[in-house]
Amino acid sequence: MVSSVKAVKGAVVFDLASQPLRDLNQFLHGDLQGIKGVTVENPDGAHSIAVGMNAAVQVDINGHAGYYAAGMNQHASVVVHGNAGPGCAENMMSGRVEVKGFASGGAGASAHGGLLVIQGDAGLRCGISLKGGNIVVGGDVGSFSAFMAQAGTMVICGDAGDGLGDSLYEAVLYVRGEVKSLGADARFEPMGDTDIATVKQLLADAGLSHKASEFKRIASAKTLYHWNADSKQTY
Amino acid sequence: MSTKSTPDANPSQGPLSREESAGFNSQVISYIQRAAATGLYEIRGLGAKRHLPHFDDLLFLGASLSRYALEGYREKCSSKTILGTRFAKKPIELEIPITVAGMSFGALSANVKEALGRAATEMGTSTTTGDGGMTAEERQSSKTLVYQCLPSRYGFNPDDVRRADAIEIVIGQGAKPGGGGMLLGQKVSPRVAKMRTLPAGVDQRSACRHPDWTGPDDLAIKIKELREITDWEKPIYVKVGATRVFHDVKLAVHAGADVVVVDGMQGGTAATQVAFIEHVGIPTLAAVRQAVDALEDMNMKDQVQLIVSGGIRSGADVAKALAMGADAVAIGQGILIALGCNSESYVQKGSHLSALADYHKIGTAPGFCHHCQTGKCPVGVTTQDAILEQRLEPLVGAQRVRNYLKTMNMELTMIARACGKQDVHHLEREDLVAVTVEAAAMAGIPLAGTSWVPGRHGY
Repeated sequence: MVSSVKAVKGAVVFDLASQPLRDLNQFLHGDLQGIKGVTVENPDGAHSIAVGMNAAVQVDINGHAGYYAAGMNQHASVVVHGNAGPGCAENMMSGRVEVKGFASGGAGASAHGGLLVIQGDAGLRCGISLKGGNIVVGGDVGSFSAFMAQAGTMVICGDAGDGLGDSLYEAVLYVRGEVKSLGADARFEPMGDTDIATVKQLLADAGLSHKASEFKRIASAKTLYHWNADSKQTY
Repeated sequence: MSTKSTPDANPSQGPLSREESAGFNSQVISYIQRAAATGLYEIRGLGAKRHLPHFDDLLFLGASLSRYALEGYREKCSSKTILGTRFAKKPIELEIPITVAGMSFGALSANVKEALGRAATEMGTSTTTGDGGMTAEERQSSKTLVYQCLPSRYGFNPDDVRRADAIEIVIGQGAKPGGGGMLLGQKVSPRVAKMRTLPAGVDQRSACRHPDWTGPDDLAIKIKELREITDWEKPIYVKVGATRVFHDVKLAVHAGADVVVVDGMQGGTAATQVAFIEHVGIPTLAAVRQAVDALEDMNMKDQVQLIVSGGIRSGADVAKALAMGADAVAIGQGILIALGCNSESYVQKGSHLSALADYHKIGTAPGFCHHCQTGKCPVGVTTQDAILEQRLEPLVGAQRVRNYLKTMNMELTMIARACGKQDVHHLEREDLVAVTVEAAAMAGIPLAGTSWVPGRHGY
């Protein structure tokens, strides 16, 4: 099956309407030397499309993806030309994942590196347990986003729901719109020059044209870093 | 103060009363005093210390006239164990059914992780990573390494997923079902901090739920994702802390697990709230039976393997777990004790050196120590301290753990032969009786000398 796909000159096309997901992912885990791009047709919300990529290849998913699109991505550039289900680009290490539409819950969860761009809105817990990746959301993010985010950066061009940045460690969040509420230990901080530069760069990487100066910085107040009886901790 | 030397006599009221309250005994009083002084729950290591029905409450019926025994030293008794036969292309093949439980680098030192890998490899069994990622030392020293996927996802990465021999999705832990991990600041060394992407020295609390899925239907999709990433090669284990075991095992099987790991409440921890350790979860004995019931109810016994952990200490414990229906066991605390945990001394270049003063410094003594959370382990097992960790030499540790595993496996095969089995996996419930009513009820094993299983057949 794979050889017949390769025969299509220039672009490799997988049609999930007629080919199993297993074949696609097995192909993507193989030797991709000389292959520039892979197109996935008729994804129809299939789960785990292009997971475990480990090569600098472009994958275009022409339609909606289910859970874990581009999960654990390394090096690849994956574009979902539609919406993405929960856990899109979860635990990404490097590379770039872009969702042209909306992303469901847990987008970019525990990503250690790379860039996740969501042009539309993101659901609950976007960037939960973020460990070093960058996330740019063109629209709004749902509640409990960046929960326990440890490192990395989130740029939210729209509004954020409840509990943004609860129990943050060293990750930094930038929000352009309204924040319904901050989570425990998250606080607004003044924007410095490095913040402006960071936001500017990430917006440029995401192809968005907002002004960096319109964003507010949110980071950890670090009162939960150490247990002590007097900090009115509720856990 | 009176200078009279009769402390137990009070001339005006008669003898001094020393009647201890059952409810407010000296332990409870000291708990309340501690709580009042600190405003924070107590955190400690190891497992439940309370008395619980356990494998000690079961006995084997050795062969006699009605069963045929095997010669102890002459006739073969296999302990080979295969895990992950349901979907994985490359199941785990072990020489013994006794595996090393998941314990993190962070909780344990790198030397200890290396020692465990060496011992397990020599004995033909597996080791398991923990809530802190995979270290190069343990991958290199372990022939068969199970890689945990935990809620925290500290250090979790696709390269290590591909390097692993099996993946264990951890839902919970017997010491704290429903709770996340903890590592106090003194153990978050620069190397641990880097692996976990945390600032060095923070009191780390990890999440209790996975970040990218909620509930059993999602778990099924998550398992498929891991299978796709690993090209369906590696067995996927699902580990649960023992609570509603019957339902949890069914859900794990339904979600597509190759192997289910059930950890009873006696299971250890590196640092957990005492109230959690002692008051949440069910005993291992009850958990095994519920897990086996679930597999049998789904007709999945032998298709999905069961690993049992939580306070397993000896070859007899292993034999009882297997007879009740487990395929293998995992051991954590027993392994630590084999390494030297709670020992009076540690070995440096062949000589035993006393650790007593260091136990004293952290307010305990050998035989009672559960101070893993301090990171000041006097024998260098549960520490990240650069000096203390040297007290456990990997080769010494490896030899001790190998000896311990070997002893247990010999006890296991000895019992199996005595029960007339050529394979330890042929041990069966009919080989067991219970010596307490509680154990009989929990294990579903008849009380010795009777055919009575409490709760069965209407009474």
